[in-house]
Amino acid sequence: MTFRDYLAFAIKALRGHPVRTLMCVSGVSIGIAAVAMLTALGEGARRYVISEFSAIGSNLLIILPGKTETTGALPGFGGVPHDLTLNDVKVLRREIPSLEFVAPITVGTETVRRQERRRQVPVVGTTTDFIHARKLRMGLGQFLPPSDLDRGAPIVVLGKRVADELFPNKNPLGELVRISDWRMRVIGVLAERGTQLAMNMDDVVFVPVATGMKIFNRHSLFRILIKVHSFVELKTACQKVVTIIIERHGEEDITCVTQAAVVSTFSTILTALTLGLAAIGAISLSVAGVGVMNVMLMAVSDRTEEVGLLKSLGARNRQILTVFLTEATLLTLAGGVIGLALGYGTVAVTTTLYPAIPASTPLWATGSVLVASIMVGMIFGVLPARRAARLDPVEAMEPRT
Amino acid sequence: MIQLTNVSKTYEVGDQPVHALVDVTERIQTGEFVAIMGSSGSGKSTLLNLLGCLLRPSAGSYTLNGQDIGTLSDVELSRLRQKFIGFIFQSFHLVPRLTAAGNVELPMMFAGISTSERQRRAREALEAVGLTERAKHLPAQLSVGQRQRVVIARATIMRPQLILADEPTGNLDRASSEQILKLLDQLHAQGQTLIMVTHEVDVARRAERVLVIDDGQIVQRIKSDALIRDPVLHPAVK
Ligand SMILES: Nc1ncnc2c1ncn2[C@@H]1O[C@H](COP(=O)(O)OP(=O)(O)OP(=O)(O)O)[C@@H](O)[C@H]1O
Ligand SMILES: [Mg+2]
Repeated sequence: MTFRDYLAFAIKALRGHPVRTLMCVSGVSIGIAAVAMLTALGEGARRYVISEFSAIGSNLLIILPGKTETTGALPGFGGVPHDLTLNDVKVLRREIPSLEFVAPITVGTETVRRQERRRQVPVVGTTTDFIHARKLRMGLGQFLPPSDLDRGAPIVVLGKRVADELFPNKNPLGELVRISDWRMRVIGVLAERGTQLAMNMDDVVFVPVATGMKIFNRHSLFRILIKVHSFVELKTACQKVVTIIIERHGEEDITCVTQAAVVSTFSTILTALTLGLAAIGAISLSVAGVGVMNVMLMAVSDRTEEVGLLKSLGARNRQILTVFLTEATLLTLAGGVIGLALGYGTVAVTTTLYPAIPASTPLWATGSVLVASIMVGMIFGVLPARRAARLDPVEAMEPRT
Repeated sequence: MIQLTNVSKTYEVGDQPVHALVDVTERIQTGEFVAIMGSSGSGKSTLLNLLGCLLRPSAGSYTLNGQDIGTLSDVELSRLRQKFIGFIFQSFHLVPRLTAAGNVELPMMFAGISTSERQRRAREALEAVGLTERAKHLPAQLSVGQRQRVVIARATIMRPQLILADEPTGNLDRASSEQILKLLDQLHAQGQTLIMVTHEVDVARRAERVLVIDDGQIVQRIKSDALIRDPVLHPAVK
């Protein structure tokens, strides 16, 4: 008996009960659609994060104050990190000339005012290198000019939205704004950028790092961004930075993170998320599987006499088993194909209507969802099929009273 | 071709054994047409199913073409049924969703015969039972007599050495019965071995030989022409 024979036989049997077949297929297709949609969402999130990071480039090092791993020191006994200061930046620049740039960052939230218009925004104190680090573009004027680290010039670069709100219908270049109690001259406006790494770049203002520390009345930096010339230098650069800081602070009280490590951490987390979502979808799929099992048990019970007949005609147990497994698998495979179309259709419509929702359908999911649907048929079809295969032909053919 | 030696068949129902066949010894030659008679519950169907390799004897031996059935595996029994045995049932056992031709093709499908060969042979077999026009009809669209003719076409399609019929006319009117019996006569004339269970003396007469069975035992063996002369029949037959 060929594969085509089994297929034709199964299709005829399924057609014999159109309502039952349809209900069962739709149950499976809902389960499959759920898996497809949820994995698309998880995978979309992962790709979104990776694309955000890769837009920035991967030759970056981030230096954070404090050590993330446990050092073994008791809290309060030498475990308190030293401040990360502008002097640290200066020393790093001097001692490791191979670095492309070393950009200090300090961050706070302040009110920016112009006449009666005011707006509470994140203020970033940094240097001219930041614009390269984040690959931002200018709309008007210029970014923070290269200058001495300690020179806190009263100048500011506005995000696009901040500029629009404070200066409707007016060119802000050369105008004055107030940040906290400081009067600053606008030297540039960023081009519109939107959200980057969870921060809306249109809603931020930039000042020289020394200015920022004065405004926030702080001595410690938020972090230091370092760019190396090529990806392969990342590791040695990290080691060098840590060595110099240990020399200066007397202990390892900073953490050096590479962009790649951050990306891979995020990617791992989000892959786990995707799998978790797929598992949730799989629950609804297994419910559908139980439905398939029920339908197949009904079919076997309905066709007990037929099974007996087939056996009397010389059908072997294995062939009977295959007959019913083919039916079950056909049910779930049909559900799988329809479910995939349904799931991906929904994803496509959703992303067209709401482009902000990150969703993309991973290729591996398509394959594994189809494989999963076949597996569901095989697994949940085995019990009914075995029941059919084991029927005693004489008893099966007896008219039931 | 068939040799039953001290064959018994006992069903276990709970802890109550039912002795359906008791110590049956019988020999049936190739080409014979044998009728089995007996009252209800006497063991006729059990004997037929045993001959058809659907049951194994509880004791004794059954050899078909020199092969001892008791020693064969399930798969080997299936193969034997496929190649050597054709069944005709009182209640037809046609697959309702398959056409007449589809039903006739079934044994060939499980035997792995190619589609074109199957179609050709099914056409011939249906022609032989006078149902060429009805090949595409479903069982429900056929009269009971026509259904039984489809069953005969199916039973003969693998050219088996042995055809077993359990009350083949039991559900049929007189005219349809006559058609079916004519077909069986034809098969017999072609040298086909036939064993048929029946309640009716008129039907049993078509056979060459009659076995009367009672309480699981063969109690009388008579030539069918003896039936015509209305011999002293075992009370079980009446
Ligand atoms: N599967 C079974 N389990 C238990 N007992 C059975 C089984 N099949 C048959 N029997 C018993 O075996 C005996 C013989 O049954 P069988 O069906 O062979 O009789 P029969 O001669 O064909 O009767 P009928 O003319 O009514 O068809 C009966 O007593 C019956 O109850
Ligand atoms: Mg019977």
